[in-house]
Amino acid sequence: MSDQHRHDPDQSYNENDAHDHGNGGGAHHPDAPSEIEARTLALESLLIEKRILTSEDVDRVVSAYEHDIGPMIGAHLVARAWLDPGYRRRLLKDAPAAVRELGYEYHADTRLVVIPNQPGIHNMVVCTLCSCYPWMVLGLPPTWYKSAPYRSRAVSEPRAVLAELGLQLPDEVAINVWDSSAELRYMVLPERPAGTEGWTEEELAKIVTRDCMIGVARPQLPALVGTR
Amino acid sequence: MVNVNGVHDMGGMHGFGPVIAERAEPVFHARWEGTVRAIFERTNGRYFNIDEFRRVMERMPADAYLRASYYEKWLYAIETILKEKGVVTADELAAGQPSLPPPSPARKPDPPPRQTPRFNAGDRVATRNLNPKGHTRLPRYARGKRGVIRTHYGSFPLPDSNAHGREPDWQPCYAVEFDARELWGTEAKPGDRVCIDLWESYLEPEAPA
Repeated sequence: MSDQHRHDPDQSYNENDAHDHGNGGGAHHPDAPSEIEARTLALESLLIEKRILTSEDVDRVVSAYEHDIGPMIGAHLVARAWLDPGYRRRLLKDAPAAVRELGYEYHADTRLVVIPNQPGIHNMVVCTLCSCYPWMVLGLPPTWYKSAPYRSRAVSEPRAVLAELGLQLPDEVAINVWDSSAELRYMVLPERPAGTEGWTEEELAKIVTRDCMIGVARPQLPALVGTR
Repeated sequence: MVNVNGVHDMGGMHGFGPVIAERAEPVFHARWEGTVRAIFERTNGRYFNIDEFRRVMERMPADAYLRASYYEKWLYAIETILKEKGVVTADELAAGQPSLPPPSPARKPDPPPRQTPRFNAGDRVATRNLNPKGHTRLPRYARGKRGVIRTHYGSFPLPDSNAHGREPDWQPCYAVEFDARELWGTEAKPGDRVCIDLWESYLEPEAPA
Protein backbone atom coordinates (compact mmCIF):
# COMPACT_ATOMS: atom_id res chain seq x y z
CA MET A 1 0.00 0.00 0.00
CA SER A 2 1.48 3.33 -0.96
CA ASP A 3 2.44 5.84 1.70
CA GLN A 4 -0.38 8.22 1.06
CA HIS A 5 -2.75 5.42 2.02
CA ARG A 6 -1.01 4.19 5.12
CA HIS A 7 -3.07 6.39 7.38
CA ASP A 8 -6.13 5.55 5.42
CA PRO A 9 -7.20 1.90 5.52
CA ASP A 10 -9.76 0.15 3.40
CA GLN A 11 -12.18 3.03 3.20
CA SER A 12 -12.11 6.48 1.68
CA TYR A 13 -12.13 5.51 -1.93
CA ASN A 14 -12.30 8.01 -4.69
CA GLU A 15 -11.83 7.74 -8.38
CA ASN A 16 -8.20 8.75 -8.26
CA ASP A 17 -6.98 6.19 -5.82
CA ALA A 18 -9.39 3.35 -6.47
CA HIS A 19 -6.93 1.61 -8.79
CA ASP A 20 -4.41 1.24 -6.02
CA HIS A 21 -6.61 -0.23 -3.34
CA GLY A 22 -6.71 -3.89 -2.63
CA ASN A 23 -3.66 -4.82 -4.65
CA GLY A 24 -1.18 -4.27 -1.90
CA GLY A 25 0.94 -1.79 -3.81
CA GLY A 26 1.13 -3.58 -7.12
CA ALA A 27 0.16 -0.40 -8.93
CA HIS A 28 3.64 0.96 -8.34
CA HIS A 29 5.35 -2.17 -9.65
CA PRO A 30 3.02 -3.48 -12.28
CA ASP A 31 5.36 -6.24 -13.40
CA ALA A 32 6.41 -7.76 -10.09
CA PRO A 33 3.91 -9.40 -7.81
CA SER A 34 3.35 -7.41 -4.65
CA GLU A 35 4.15 -8.99 -1.31
CA ILE A 36 0.47 -9.79 -0.80
CA GLU A 37 0.15 -11.35 -4.26
CA ALA A 38 3.25 -13.44 -3.64
CA ARG A 39 1.88 -14.71 -0.32
CA THR A 40 -1.44 -15.54 -1.95
CA LEU A 41 0.28 -17.42 -4.76
CA ALA A 42 2.45 -19.36 -2.29
CA LEU A 43 -0.56 -20.43 -0.26
CA GLU A 44 -2.62 -21.22 -3.35
CA SER A 45 0.04 -23.44 -4.91
CA LEU A 46 0.71 -25.25 -1.64
CA LEU A 47 -2.99 -25.97 -1.15
CA ILE A 48 -3.21 -27.19 -4.74
CA GLU A 49 -0.26 -29.54 -4.08
CA LYS A 50 -2.08 -30.76 -1.00
CA ARG A 51 -5.25 -31.35 -3.02
CA ILE A 52 -7.26 -29.01 -0.81
CA LEU A 53 -7.82 -26.55 -3.65
CA THR A 54 -7.81 -26.67 -7.45
CA SER A 55 -7.29 -23.80 -9.87
CA GLU A 56 -10.79 -24.55 -11.11
CA ASP A 57 -12.08 -23.77 -7.62
CA VAL A 58 -10.62 -20.30 -7.90
CA ASP A 59 -12.03 -19.75 -11.39
CA ARG A 60 -15.41 -21.03 -10.26
CA VAL A 61 -15.58 -18.82 -7.17
CA VAL A 62 -14.47 -15.69 -9.04
CA SER A 63 -16.89 -16.34 -11.87
CA ALA A 64 -19.78 -17.09 -9.51
CA TYR A 65 -19.43 -13.76 -7.72
CA GLU A 66 -18.72 -11.82 -10.89
CA HIS A 67 -21.66 -13.23 -12.84
CA ASP A 68 -24.16 -15.34 -10.92
CA ILE A 69 -24.43 -14.24 -7.28
CA GLY A 70 -25.35 -10.59 -7.03
CA PRO A 71 -28.03 -8.02 -6.27
CA MET A 72 -30.13 -9.22 -9.20
CA ILE A 73 -31.19 -12.12 -6.99
CA GLY A 74 -32.34 -9.83 -4.18
CA ALA A 75 -34.03 -7.52 -6.69
CA HIS A 76 -35.96 -10.47 -8.09
CA LEU A 77 -37.21 -11.39 -4.60
CA VAL A 78 -38.23 -7.80 -3.90
CA ALA A 79 -40.06 -7.34 -7.20
CA ARG A 80 -41.93 -10.60 -6.71
CA ALA A 81 -42.83 -9.63 -3.15
CA TRP A 82 -44.20 -6.29 -4.40
CA LEU A 83 -46.43 -8.06 -6.89
CA ASP A 84 -47.51 -11.09 -4.88
CA PRO A 85 -48.65 -10.64 -1.26
CA GLY A 86 -48.50 -14.40 -0.69
CA TYR A 87 -44.88 -14.46 -1.80
CA ARG A 88 -44.14 -11.48 0.43
CA ARG A 89 -45.47 -13.38 3.43
CA ARG A 90 -43.37 -16.43 2.59
CA LEU A 91 -40.28 -14.28 2.06
CA LEU A 92 -40.66 -12.64 5.46
CA LYS A 93 -41.38 -15.96 7.19
CA ASP A 94 -38.74 -18.21 5.61
CA ALA A 95 -36.42 -16.34 3.28
CA PRO A 96 -34.18 -19.29 2.30
CA ALA A 97 -37.25 -21.21 1.11
CA ALA A 98 -38.46 -18.13 -0.77
CA VAL A 99 -35.08 -17.85 -2.48
CA ARG A 100 -35.33 -21.47 -3.64
CA GLU A 101 -38.92 -20.92 -4.72
CA LEU A 102 -37.67 -18.52 -7.41
CA GLY A 103 -35.24 -21.14 -8.70
CA TYR A 104 -32.02 -20.07 -6.98
CA GLU A 105 -29.75 -22.36 -5.04
CA TYR A 106 -29.32 -21.71 -1.34
CA HIS A 107 -26.20 -23.38 0.02
CA ALA A 108 -25.34 -20.89 2.72
CA ASP A 109 -24.89 -22.18 6.24
CA THR A 110 -26.24 -18.87 7.48
CA ARG A 111 -29.92 -17.99 7.53
CA LEU A 112 -31.27 -15.12 5.47
CA VAL A 113 -33.79 -12.88 7.22
CA VAL A 114 -35.71 -10.24 5.25
CA ILE A 115 -36.79 -7.08 7.09
CA PRO A 116 -39.55 -5.02 5.48
CA ASN A 117 -39.48 -1.23 5.45
CA GLN A 118 -42.83 0.21 6.47
CA PRO A 119 -44.36 3.64 6.38
CA GLY A 120 -42.45 5.54 9.07
CA ILE A 121 -39.82 2.83 9.68
CA HIS A 122 -36.64 2.53 7.65
CA ASN A 123 -34.27 -0.43 8.16
CA MET A 124 -30.56 -0.62 7.43
CA VAL A 125 -27.98 -3.34 7.90
CA VAL A 126 -24.44 -3.29 9.27
CA CYS A 127 -21.97 -5.66 10.89
CA THR A 128 -19.97 -3.66 13.43
CA LEU A 129 -17.78 -6.61 14.49
CA CYS A 130 -16.68 -7.84 11.05
CA SER A 131 -18.49 -7.52 7.72
CA CYS A 132 -21.38 -10.03 7.72
CA TYR A 133 -23.54 -9.43 4.66
CA PRO A 134 -26.38 -11.22 2.84
CA TRP A 135 -24.04 -12.36 0.06
CA MET A 136 -26.37 -15.16 -1.02
CA VAL A 137 -28.80 -12.59 -2.40
CA LEU A 138 -26.62 -9.49 -2.90
CA GLY A 139 -23.22 -10.93 -3.83
CA LEU A 140 -20.09 -9.71 -2.11
CA PRO A 141 -20.30 -6.43 -0.20
CA PRO A 142 -18.95 -3.12 -1.47
CA THR A 143 -15.82 -1.81 0.21
CA TRP A 144 -17.64 0.98 2.04
CA TYR A 145 -19.81 -1.60 3.82
CA LYS A 146 -16.66 -3.27 5.16
CA SER A 147 -14.95 -0.01 6.04
CA ALA A 148 -14.27 1.41 9.49
CA PRO A 149 -16.38 4.56 8.91
CA TYR A 150 -19.52 2.55 8.12
CA ARG A 151 -18.98 -0.12 10.77
CA SER A 152 -18.31 2.43 13.49
CA ARG A 153 -21.01 4.97 12.69
CA ALA A 154 -24.01 3.13 11.21
CA VAL A 155 -25.22 2.19 14.69
CA SER A 156 -24.55 5.51 16.43
CA GLU A 157 -25.29 8.12 13.78
CA PRO A 158 -27.26 6.39 11.04
CA ARG A 159 -28.80 9.60 9.69
CA ALA A 160 -25.40 11.17 9.06
CA VAL A 161 -24.18 7.97 7.39
CA LEU A 162 -27.27 7.78 5.18
CA ALA A 163 -26.83 11.43 4.20
CA GLU A 164 -23.21 10.76 3.18
CA LEU A 165 -24.45 7.92 1.02
CA GLY A 166 -27.06 10.20 -0.54
CA LEU A 167 -30.24 9.37 1.38
CA GLN A 168 -31.95 12.16 3.34
CA LEU A 169 -34.64 10.62 5.49
CA PRO A 170 -37.51 12.76 6.73
CA ASP A 171 -37.31 13.40 10.47
CA GLU A 172 -40.53 11.57 11.16
CA VAL A 173 -39.13 8.30 9.80
CA ALA A 174 -37.61 6.12 12.53
CA ILE A 175 -34.51 4.10 11.74
CA ASN A 176 -33.96 0.49 12.79
CA VAL A 177 -30.33 -0.52 12.39
CA TRP A 178 -29.65 -4.27 12.28
CA ASP A 179 -26.22 -5.15 13.62
CA SER A 180 -25.61 -8.59 12.22
CA SER A 181 -23.66 -10.32 14.97
CA ALA A 182 -24.80 -13.96 14.63
CA GLU A 183 -25.26 -16.39 11.75
CA LEU A 184 -28.27 -14.49 10.47
CA ARG A 185 -27.94 -12.34 7.38
CA TYR A 186 -30.29 -9.43 6.95
CA MET A 187 -31.69 -7.99 3.74
CA VAL A 188 -34.06 -5.02 3.63
CA LEU A 189 -37.29 -5.25 1.66
CA PRO A 190 -37.80 -1.68 0.44
CA GLU A 191 -41.21 -0.10 0.00
CA ARG A 192 -42.58 -0.04 -3.51
CA PRO A 193 -42.48 3.53 -4.76
CA ALA A 194 -45.60 5.27 -5.99
CA GLY A 195 -45.75 5.60 -9.76
CA THR A 196 -44.90 1.96 -10.47
CA GLU A 197 -48.47 0.76 -10.81
CA GLY A 198 -48.82 -1.71 -13.65
CA TRP A 199 -45.08 -2.35 -13.96
CA THR A 200 -43.89 -5.86 -14.72
CA GLU A 201 -41.69 -7.83 -12.36
CA GLU A 202 -38.72 -7.19 -14.63
CA GLU A 203 -39.33 -3.45 -14.71
CA LEU A 204 -39.69 -3.34 -10.95
CA ALA A 205 -36.52 -5.37 -10.35
CA LYS A 206 -34.53 -2.79 -12.32
CA ILE A 207 -35.14 -0.06 -9.74
CA VAL A 208 -34.18 -2.27 -6.77
CA THR A 209 -30.50 -1.59 -6.28
CA ARG A 210 -28.06 -3.27 -3.94
CA ASP A 211 -28.04 -0.19 -1.73
CA CYS A 212 -31.83 -0.30 -1.38
CA MET A 213 -31.53 -3.80 0.04
CA ILE A 214 -28.73 -2.84 2.45
CA GLY A 215 -31.04 -0.01 3.49
CA VAL A 216 -28.90 2.97 2.50
CA ALA A 217 -31.04 3.99 -0.47
CA ARG A 218 -34.64 3.93 -1.61
CA PRO A 219 -35.83 2.79 -5.02
CA GLN A 220 -35.85 5.70 -7.44
CA LEU A 221 -37.98 6.02 -10.52
CA PRO A 222 -36.11 6.82 -13.71
CA ALA A 223 -36.21 10.57 -14.36
CA LEU A 224 -38.19 10.22 -17.55
CA VAL A 225 -40.71 7.74 -16.35
CA GLY A 226 -43.22 8.73 -19.04
CA THR A 227 -40.92 7.57 -21.83
CA ARG A 228 -39.85 4.26 -20.40
CA MET B 1 -4.88 -14.44 25.18
CA VAL B 2 -4.49 -11.00 23.70
CA ASN B 3 -6.55 -8.29 22.20
CA VAL B 4 -9.34 -8.12 24.73
CA ASN B 5 -11.91 -5.59 23.53
CA GLY B 6 -10.14 -5.27 20.21
CA VAL B 7 -10.27 -2.57 17.58
CA HIS B 8 -12.45 -4.78 15.37
CA ASP B 9 -15.34 -3.95 17.73
CA MET B 10 -16.01 -0.65 16.00
CA GLY B 11 -19.62 0.22 16.81
CA GLY B 12 -19.81 3.75 18.16
CA MET B 13 -16.14 4.64 17.64
CA HIS B 14 -15.22 8.06 16.28
CA GLY B 15 -12.45 9.28 14.06
CA PHE B 16 -12.61 7.11 10.96
CA GLY B 17 -13.99 9.83 8.72
CA PRO B 18 -16.90 9.84 6.30
CA VAL B 19 -18.36 6.87 4.46
CA ILE B 20 -17.25 7.14 0.86
CA ALA B 21 -18.50 4.79 -1.83
CA GLU B 22 -16.24 3.76 -4.67
CA ARG B 23 -17.91 4.36 -8.01
CA ALA B 24 -18.42 1.31 -10.25
CA GLU B 25 -16.54 -0.89 -7.82
CA PRO B 26 -15.51 -4.27 -9.25
CA VAL B 27 -16.35 -7.47 -7.34
CA PHE B 28 -12.63 -8.17 -6.93
CA HIS B 29 -10.00 -5.46 -7.37
CA ALA B 30 -7.35 -7.99 -8.34
CA ARG B 31 -7.09 -11.70 -9.02
CA TRP B 32 -5.47 -12.44 -5.66
CA GLU B 33 -8.58 -11.23 -3.83
CA GLY B 34 -10.67 -13.85 -5.63
CA THR B 35 -8.04 -16.46 -4.82
CA VAL B 36 -8.19 -15.59 -1.13
CA ARG B 37 -11.98 -15.83 -1.25
CA ALA B 38 -11.79 -19.24 -2.95
CA ILE B 39 -9.24 -20.54 -0.42
CA PHE B 40 -11.56 -19.45 2.36
CA GLU B 41 -14.54 -21.19 0.80
CA ARG B 42 -12.59 -24.45 0.38
CA THR B 43 -11.25 -24.46 3.94
CA ASN B 44 -13.90 -22.79 6.13
CA GLY B 45 -15.97 -25.44 7.89
CA ARG B 46 -13.46 -28.15 6.97
CA TYR B 47 -10.32 -27.11 8.84
CA PHE B 48 -11.67 -24.32 11.02
CA ASN B 49 -15.01 -22.82 11.95
CA ILE B 50 -16.12 -19.27 11.21
CA ASP B 51 -15.68 -18.15 14.80
CA GLU B 52 -12.09 -19.38 14.87
CA PHE B 53 -11.51 -17.47 11.63
CA ARG B 54 -12.93 -14.26 13.10
CA ARG B 55 -10.98 -14.72 16.31
CA VAL B 56 -7.70 -15.05 14.44
CA MET B 57 -8.43 -11.91 12.45
CA GLU B 58 -9.22 -10.05 15.67
CA ARG B 59 -5.80 -11.05 16.99
CA MET B 60 -4.12 -8.94 14.32
CA PRO B 61 -2.23 -6.08 15.95
CA ALA B 62 -4.61 -3.12 16.08
CA ASP B 63 -2.50 -0.86 13.87
CA ALA B 64 -2.13 -3.56 11.22
CA TYR B 65 -5.86 -4.34 11.38
CA LEU B 66 -6.73 -0.71 10.69
CA ARG B 67 -4.22 -0.35 7.86
CA ALA B 68 -5.00 -3.58 6.05
CA SER B 69 -7.53 -3.85 3.26
CA TYR B 70 -10.35 -6.34 3.70
CA TYR B 71 -8.71 -9.16 1.78
CA GLU B 72 -5.32 -8.47 3.37
CA LYS B 73 -7.01 -9.20 6.68
CA TRP B 74 -8.52 -12.35 5.22
CA LEU B 75 -5.20 -13.58 3.88
CA TYR B 76 -3.56 -12.95 7.25
CA ALA B 77 -6.34 -14.85 9.01
CA ILE B 78 -6.30 -17.80 6.59
CA GLU B 79 -2.51 -18.15 6.71
CA THR B 80 -2.56 -17.98 10.50
CA ILE B 81 -5.39 -20.41 11.10
CA LEU B 82 -4.18 -22.95 8.54
CA LYS B 83 -0.79 -22.93 10.27
CA GLU B 84 -2.35 -23.22 13.72
CA LYS B 85 -4.48 -26.13 12.56
CA GLY B 86 -1.52 -27.90 10.99
CA VAL B 87 -2.97 -27.72 7.48
CA VAL B 88 0.18 -25.97 6.24
CA THR B 89 3.46 -25.15 7.94
CA ALA B 90 5.65 -22.09 7.66
CA ASP B 91 8.41 -24.33 6.23
CA GLU B 92 6.11 -25.66 3.55
CA LEU B 93 5.06 -22.14 2.60
CA ALA B 94 8.68 -21.04 2.39
CA ALA B 95 9.72 -24.09 0.35
CA GLY B 96 6.57 -24.14 -1.78
CA GLN B 97 6.46 -27.91 -1.32
CA PRO B 98 4.23 -30.01 0.90
CA SER B 99 5.96 -32.18 3.46
CA LEU B 100 3.04 -33.30 5.59
CA PRO B 101 -0.42 -34.53 4.62
CA PRO B 102 -3.15 -32.17 5.84
CA PRO B 103 -5.35 -33.27 8.72
CA SER B 104 -8.73 -34.77 7.93
CA PRO B 105 -11.48 -32.24 7.35
CA ALA B 106 -14.01 -31.82 10.13
CA ARG B 107 -17.23 -33.77 9.90
CA LYS B 108 -20.47 -31.94 9.28
CA PRO B 109 -21.66 -30.23 12.46
CA ASP B 110 -24.59 -31.66 14.35
CA PRO B 111 -28.00 -30.15 13.76
CA PRO B 112 -29.01 -27.64 16.43
CA PRO B 113 -30.66 -29.15 19.50
CA ARG B 114 -34.17 -28.12 20.43
CA GLN B 115 -33.86 -25.88 23.43
CA THR B 116 -36.53 -24.08 25.37
CA PRO B 117 -35.72 -20.38 25.20
CA ARG B 118 -35.51 -18.54 28.47
CA PHE B 119 -36.98 -15.41 26.89
CA ASN B 120 -39.94 -14.70 24.66
CA ALA B 121 -40.67 -11.91 22.21
CA GLY B 122 -41.52 -8.77 24.15
CA ASP B 123 -39.53 -9.71 27.27
CA ARG B 124 -37.44 -6.93 28.75
CA VAL B 125 -33.81 -7.93 29.15
CA ALA B 126 -30.47 -6.39 30.05
CA THR B 127 -27.14 -7.35 28.50
CA ARG B 128 -24.42 -8.42 30.88
CA ASN B 129 -21.36 -6.26 31.21
CA LEU B 130 -19.01 -8.92 29.84
CA ASN B 131 -15.41 -8.20 28.97
CA PRO B 132 -14.13 -11.67 28.14
CA LYS B 133 -10.45 -12.34 27.50
CA GLY B 134 -11.26 -14.06 24.22
CA HIS B 135 -13.74 -13.78 21.38
CA THR B 136 -17.30 -12.59 21.86
CA ARG B 137 -20.11 -11.31 19.67
CA LEU B 138 -21.56 -9.00 22.28
CA PRO B 139 -20.44 -5.62 20.96
CA ARG B 140 -18.89 -3.26 23.47
CA TYR B 141 -21.47 -0.55 22.79
CA ALA B 142 -24.28 -2.88 23.85
CA ARG B 143 -22.95 -4.12 27.18
CA GLY B 144 -24.93 -3.35 30.32
CA LYS B 145 -27.86 -2.00 28.28
CA ARG B 146 -31.58 -2.60 28.48
CA GLY B 147 -33.49 -3.95 25.50
CA VAL B 148 -36.48 -5.99 24.39
CA ILE B 149 -36.51 -9.46 22.85
CA ARG B 150 -37.84 -9.14 19.33
CA THR B 151 -37.35 -12.61 17.81
CA HIS B 152 -36.11 -15.99 18.98
CA TYR B 153 -34.08 -17.55 16.15
CA GLY B 154 -33.45 -21.02 17.55
CA SER B 155 -30.12 -22.27 18.85
CA PHE B 156 -26.62 -21.52 17.59
CA PRO B 157 -23.21 -22.43 19.02
CA LEU B 158 -21.90 -19.71 21.31
CA PRO B 159 -19.03 -17.99 19.44
CA ASP B 160 -17.20 -17.34 22.72
CA SER B 161 -16.64 -21.13 22.97
CA ASN B 162 -16.61 -22.02 19.29
CA ALA B 163 -13.83 -19.55 18.52
CA HIS B 164 -11.53 -21.36 20.91
CA GLY B 165 -12.11 -24.86 19.62
CA ARG B 166 -14.24 -25.97 22.55
CA GLU B 167 -17.22 -28.29 22.26
CA PRO B 168 -20.21 -26.42 20.82
CA ASP B 169 -22.16 -24.59 23.51
CA TRP B 170 -25.57 -24.36 21.85
CA GLN B 171 -27.71 -21.53 23.11
CA PRO B 172 -30.88 -19.78 22.01
CA CYS B 173 -30.10 -16.68 19.98
CA TYR B 174 -32.36 -13.64 19.80
CA ALA B 175 -32.77 -10.39 17.93
CA VAL B 176 -32.75 -7.86 20.76
CA GLU B 177 -34.02 -4.36 20.14
CA PHE B 178 -32.45 -1.36 21.87
CA ASP B 179 -33.70 2.19 21.97
CA ALA B 180 -30.95 4.30 20.36
CA ARG B 181 -31.07 6.63 23.38
CA GLU B 182 -30.32 3.72 25.72
CA LEU B 183 -27.15 3.09 23.69
CA TRP B 184 -26.04 6.60 22.77
CA GLY B 185 -27.72 8.99 25.15
CA THR B 186 -30.02 11.89 24.58
CA GLU B 187 -28.40 12.98 21.31
CA ALA B 188 -29.88 9.96 19.60
CA LYS B 189 -33.21 10.49 17.92
CA PRO B 190 -36.25 9.25 19.86
CA GLY B 191 -37.77 6.29 18.06
CA ASP B 192 -34.53 5.13 16.41
CA ARG B 193 -33.52 1.61 17.35
CA VAL B 194 -30.66 -0.84 16.97
CA CYS B 195 -31.34 -4.58 16.77
CA ILE B 196 -28.51 -6.96 17.63
CA ASP B 197 -28.35 -10.76 17.49
CA LEU B 198 -27.41 -11.96 20.96
CA TRP B 199 -26.93 -15.32 22.62
CA GLU B 200 -28.85 -16.21 25.76
CA SER B 201 -25.86 -16.11 28.11
CA TYR B 202 -25.26 -12.47 27.12
CA LEU B 203 -28.66 -11.61 28.59
CA GLU B 204 -30.44 -11.51 31.90
CA PRO B 205 -33.98 -10.45 32.77
CA GLU B 206 -34.12 -6.73 33.27
CA ALA B 207 -33.75 -5.97 36.97
CA PRO B 208 -36.82 -4.24 38.41
CA ALA B 209 -36.22 -0.51 38.62
